[in-house]
Amino acid sequence: MEPTCLALIAGCRGSGATRDGCHNGRVTTEKSLAKSAARTPSPWGFGDGQAIPWEYARAPESRDIVRVKEQYGLFIDGRESASSDKATFGTINPATEEPLAQVAKATTADVDRAVRAAKKAQRRVWGAMPGRERAKYLFRIARIMQERSRELAVLETLDSGKPIKESRDVDIPLAASHFWYYAGWADKLEYAFPGRNAVPLGVAAQIIPWNFPLLMLSWKIAPALAAGNTVVLKPASTTPLTALLFAEICQQAGLPAGVVNIITGPGDIGMALVQHPDIAKVAFTGSTEIGKKIQRAVAGTDKALTLELGGKAANIVFEDAALDQAVEGIVNGIYFNQGEVCCAGSRLLVQESVAEDLIARLKDRLSTLRVGDPMDKNTDVGAINNRSQLDKITELVASGVAEGAEMYQPACDLPERGFFFRPTLFTGVAQSHRIAKEEIFGPVLSVLTFRTPDEAVEKANNTAYGLSAGIWTEKASKVFAMTAALKAGVIWANTFNRFDPTSPFGGYKESGFGREGGMHGLHAYVRLEDR
Amino acid sequence: MAPDAADDRIPVLKTYKMYVGGAFPRTESGRTYLVSGSDDEPLANACRASRKDLRDAVRVARAAAGGWAGRTAMNRGQILYRVAEVLEGRADQFTAEVAAAEGLRVVDARAVVGRAIDRWVWYAGWTDKIAQVLGSSNPVGAPYFNFTIPEPTGVVGVVAPERSSLLGLVSRLAPVLAGGNVAVVLASETRPLPAISLAEVLATSDVPGGVVNILTGLRTELVSQMASHQDINAIDGWGIPDDLRLAAEQAAAESVKRVARRPRGVSDARFDWLDDRAAERPEWIAAFLEMKTVWHPIGV
Repeated sequence: MEPTCLALIAGCRGSGATRDGCHNGRVTTEKSLAKSAARTPSPWGFGDGQAIPWEYARAPESRDIVRVKEQYGLFIDGRESASSDKATFGTINPATEEPLAQVAKATTADVDRAVRAAKKAQRRVWGAMPGRERAKYLFRIARIMQERSRELAVLETLDSGKPIKESRDVDIPLAASHFWYYAGWADKLEYAFPGRNAVPLGVAAQIIPWNFPLLMLSWKIAPALAAGNTVVLKPASTTPLTALLFAEICQQAGLPAGVVNIITGPGDIGMALVQHPDIAKVAFTGSTEIGKKIQRAVAGTDKALTLELGGKAANIVFEDAALDQAVEGIVNGIYFNQGEVCCAGSRLLVQESVAEDLIARLKDRLSTLRVGDPMDKNTDVGAINNRSQLDKITELVASGVAEGAEMYQPACDLPERGFFFRPTLFTGVAQSHRIAKEEIFGPVLSVLTFRTPDEAVEKANNTAYGLSAGIWTEKASKVFAMTAALKAGVIWANTFNRFDPTSPFGGYKESGFGREGGMHGLHAYVRLEDR
Repeated sequence: MAPDAADDRIPVLKTYKMYVGGAFPRTESGRTYLVSGSDDEPLANACRASRKDLRDAVRVARAAAGGWAGRTAMNRGQILYRVAEVLEGRADQFTAEVAAAEGLRVVDARAVVGRAIDRWVWYAGWTDKIAQVLGSSNPVGAPYFNFTIPEPTGVVGVVAPERSSLLGLVSRLAPVLAGGNVAVVLASETRPLPAISLAEVLATSDVPGGVVNILTGLRTELVSQMASHQDINAIDGWGIPDDLRLAAEQAAAESVKRVARRPRGVSDARFDWLDDRAAERPEWIAAFLEMKTVWHPIGV
């Protein structure tokens, strides 16, 4: 493969003299497509290497609404406190690499303190409280999150690198609506489980990743609290700030002390939490590798477990699909949140007859994606969350090139500082390539083709994962035939990456077990006893 | 065994083999172990299945999984009901076998067999209802038709209860099948014979070959192998002995296997399988189901 492919990744930084945004010229390494005359012309009228004939003005969101404190403590038993050995660690803005704050680094003694506080609160206060009273606290939290939504969105973007457009329009509204939805369940559990008494499990240990920090927090905390459990939650070490602002929201809502406890620290603190003897339930979202370790850690105990792990979703485009619509769905499927999404549509399966046309349209669309400052309201692709993730993406993309797939990246300029990666597309991908098998967790799409629906199913299911899948066709009966054949927990037809608090989400196979969202999400937090 | 006093003939003794892929093979290992009744009287030589036998059983189970899951729910229900019909016709045989295996008085063994038959009927009736009880239509805040339906998880390894050789086995196996899964069963180690006779019932009840596969053998040899097998989706761990549980659950983690544990505080040795309220549970069907959520746009 041409060495220029790798040079492209690194070479862009120095090319200067441009603004952020991805619109100056195009480079393709795929010769076959340069020749393709049959494809539909780009609606923007630029085909090969021409710049977009317009300029984008900057539209920065103000960060004034957030007061980022210099130092954050642990949130245990309703109060902020330092870690037992006063240790802290820093969290940075991945878009600028500037330090944002110092955060307490919890010790095992802090874990124990948090679990004890949660246990006491579960037994004395929260578990005994009538459901309709619990509900009102959860409604309050949902309301305060709505009221402080801009503040949460800005802080989320500063700490995680995701575009403000997404934190403002997706993460925070969904997070609030999860509390809203589960609030209403708190006094209706008997209707969710007919013939059974739903009994809370006790203290839940909840460990969440950095890709949707506040949203994953709400997926975990809202159903747990609704069912009468108390929680100790550990946010990812690179994105602790919205969880700590949520702690402040709990205080503002008057939530009884100890019901929600938030501890911050590295992964081994999460494992110490999982292994604490007073934990009754473990809920983890993250990589399959860590998920397996957690499943091992709860082996032989009576702890309940739900895992929401990795994915390598197939996004399947049939020849009878509305192609422009499909292009939007493909882009949303893999470049949303920089592709740092467990259910991302990272494998595009295109029916052969439309592959050339679709890929050409897709490349055009990639050229108009705006990559850069996450705080710019027009940014489509923000910063990769952390340095090691950027390294992992870079390494996997290099493996794709080395293994013989053809890489395409729009020739955009990336900011001088921060962790950025161009939207990337690979064609000529074989199922045996690492980029077709391994979860990249970045803005990298692997394109494969198929001839028949059976072949599409075969390829889509040819993975240890089974979290999600997409189907693009105008024929509804084909949608449902595919739906039945795909081994995945969430199937999007003619759409992708949609989420809703009422809609259960979770995986088949090594993508984990248990569901979050909907009535099914309650099940993970109760024990059913005979009535 | 002594000549039968009544007609003065020598009875034909049964060779207890395993049940795999609709056939009754011996273990490839050529090994057997002696099974005795509760009075320590030898009853038979049972197959001592090997790891190879387990792998073979998983392979045929996987091959049968698509066909079984693909049948209509009502058809699966009729087939499971057919098991009850055939079992009813052989109730006397099972009464004698359960009495010998478990040391029960005949009257008690008859009650156990009757309840095992009724339990098949109870689960047979669930096949075309569980999706309505566990599924949902989800009122999402956007123009999408959104619904969640249960699907079978696939191949389930069932470590059957140790003490209750027939009723316990049926109570764990029937919910697995009702949900549309196929099973590889490790029968009670000390009381395996009724399980093999049950296989004869399954073989003549329209249950397709490979949907249920029953091995007999030693738990120390087979449980961890079952837990670590990459092509088993879920384990019913009810019958896993306490001293094997930790290793089995750790092995299960390697492929993120679903593990249905015996509930906390419940003892296999003391559980009352005759208690319908406790032993008939749709949750046990749900334990081996995956929930699939589908989003379909609404628009013209």
